[in-house]
Amino acid sequence: MAAATELRPPAAPEAPAPRRRPLSWARVKRAGLPYLLLLPAVCFELLVHVVPMVVGIWISFKQLTEFFIRNWGAAPSAGLNNYRFALDFNNAVGSELLHSFGITCAYTVLVVLLSWFLGTGAAILLQDPFRGRGVLRTYFLVPYALPAYAAAITWEFMFQRDDGMLNHVLTQLHLTSSGNEPFWLLGNNSFAALVVTAVWRTWPFAFLVVTAGLQNIPGDLYEAAAIDGAGVWQRIRRITMPSLRPVNQVLVLVLFLWNFNDFNTPYVLFGSAAPPQANLVSLQIYDTSFQNWNFGSGSAMSVLLLLFLLLVTAVYLVLTSRGRKADV
Amino acid sequence: MSDPAVPADTPSSAAAVPPAGRGRAPRSPMAPPQSFLWIRRIGLTFLGIFTAIPLYVMISSSLKPLGDVQAAFRWIPTRLTISPYIDMWSTVPLAHYFWNSVIVATCSTAISVVIAVLAAYAVSRYRFFGRRIFTVTVLSTQMFPGILFLLPLFLIFVNIGNSTGIQLSDTRLGLIITYLTFTLPFSVWMMVGYFDSIPRELDEAAAVDGNGPIGALLRVVVPAAVPGIVTVAVYSFMTAWGEVLFASVMTDDSTRTLAVGLRNYASQNDVYWNQIMAASLVVSVPVVAGFLLLQRYLVAGLTAGSVK
Repeated sequence: MAAATELRPPAAPEAPAPRRRPLSWARVKRAGLPYLLLLPAVCFELLVHVVPMVVGIWISFKQLTEFFIRNWGAAPSAGLNNYRFALDFNNAVGSELLHSFGITCAYTVLVVLLSWFLGTGAAILLQDPFRGRGVLRTYFLVPYALPAYAAAITWEFMFQRDDGMLNHVLTQLHLTSSGNEPFWLLGNNSFAALVVTAVWRTWPFAFLVVTAGLQNIPGDLYEAAAIDGAGVWQRIRRITMPSLRPVNQVLVLVLFLWNFNDFNTPYVLFGSAAPPQANLVSLQIYDTSFQNWNFGSGSAMSVLLLLFLLLVTAVYLVLTSRGRKADV
Repeated sequence: MSDPAVPADTPSSAAAVPPAGRGRAPRSPMAPPQSFLWIRRIGLTFLGIFTAIPLYVMISSSLKPLGDVQAAFRWIPTRLTISPYIDMWSTVPLAHYFWNSVIVATCSTAISVVIAVLAAYAVSRYRFFGRRIFTVTVLSTQMFPGILFLLPLFLIFVNIGNSTGIQLSDTRLGLIITYLTFTLPFSVWMMVGYFDSIPRELDEAAAVDGNGPIGALLRVVVPAAVPGIVTVAVYSFMTAWGEVLFASVMTDDSTRTLAVGLRNYASQNDVYWNQIMAASLVVSVPVVAGFLLLQRYLVAGLTAGSVK
């Protein structure tokens, strides 16, 4: 696209210019310009991403415990032990990691599905203009705009056993008797509490993205379908959903990655010691690193988590892009 | 028929769409049937209530005295008081946390926006060696788990402090740098999408007027990209404002941000839920107001940027 403005750096040996022209200062300057513009970004990328990642991988092969935090050069090498430890499901560390991995998968699938469903549903229901539509569109975005900790802390209050809102409602509905109220932030219920909180925070994002996507569907498509006798449900099935496919492809992936890596919600809801039923992977790694001060093991787990996410993303993109032109 | 939560009535929604093929059927074919309208009412009412409950609990509890929030929950407060809004500043150093959050979120946003505008202009307007490597790196690091960067950054900061004496852990500067791990890739990615949507004819017109590439960027492209820049800035600020993971590790008592500081309302004997709710509300208002005011830009920015 727009080949007229495409500039190749003639000075760069990797991109041979079609015709050899004498090197002039002006052309070097022109070719160097994009690199100059990119320089700050590259420096900071190196500083905050590339170097920490390399260091992280290096640490994952070290026996870096609390004794070596201030002097990491002295940490003895661990070889593959950190990885072996994390993946040995017969010992405590490995089995806990496997368990929290399973919990995280279940959590992510549930939150992504529910958020996608609510967000897409709301966006479609608000597609046609009616009185109050604008207000609702803005109002639905409030949970998303709220800082994560403010939202989670409010839910934590609502889930309190003795003075929380939820048990009050359940007692009023005679679903539980007073003195017998369930704990929501402990035991099996904690998983449901976590999912509800996450969905409350996440679905408005799906709503926002799908609403934006709906605006790109030309209106005459609907009119043509209506004249051909298609009802509203048929129009949603035949026009809206297929048109949303590219949007959904990105949306589901982003929702998946966010929720799989989610730390804020469980950390605010439960503190750093989450009940095992709601112990997400990032919390587990956090505990290993900062409660047990085993950075080598924590780094190995982060690397494993990254490899898993890369694998899922790659498979997902291959599966969903079939027949579609990749355009990144 | 009339539902207070969802002011949706058939005549107005039918009138809003252009009547097409009127002669064939008594009702316009674009008009949704009753079943759809009922699903719309029920669905939107449900979502409205789901959204409202925590907001209502937050607001109503922030106006209750401590005794009432520690007793059984009540929907309608019996005694209203604004004392939580006054006491919350002295129970914990909330103003201090607030100030730390403002500095950290503002600086990381400003840095990432400036860097992103420059980088995105290069990526959007030039084809050069390394362009693809750069975009793929930025795009993928945005998706990486924060914990992956947290551990090494923490150790790097501690060891830099140990060997050179430059303190980065537990300082605002350190936190600003770590916040770039998520604000920067997001900003670059969004800005590239936004610049791509600005017609190149604008650059060419600027060049005709005698501007160099930098002049074209500053005088023409940046002004045209204001909605995108605002989107990126608000978004970065919001994320930095709500971030918990890095803040919980990289701060101490003097650099604590709101995200972690709110936990301090829970002492060993009492949890000041009314003050927590009041404080949550107060720290949410700036970002929620900013977000909702700029919502129109945000949707435009998202359409141009992430959802291509």
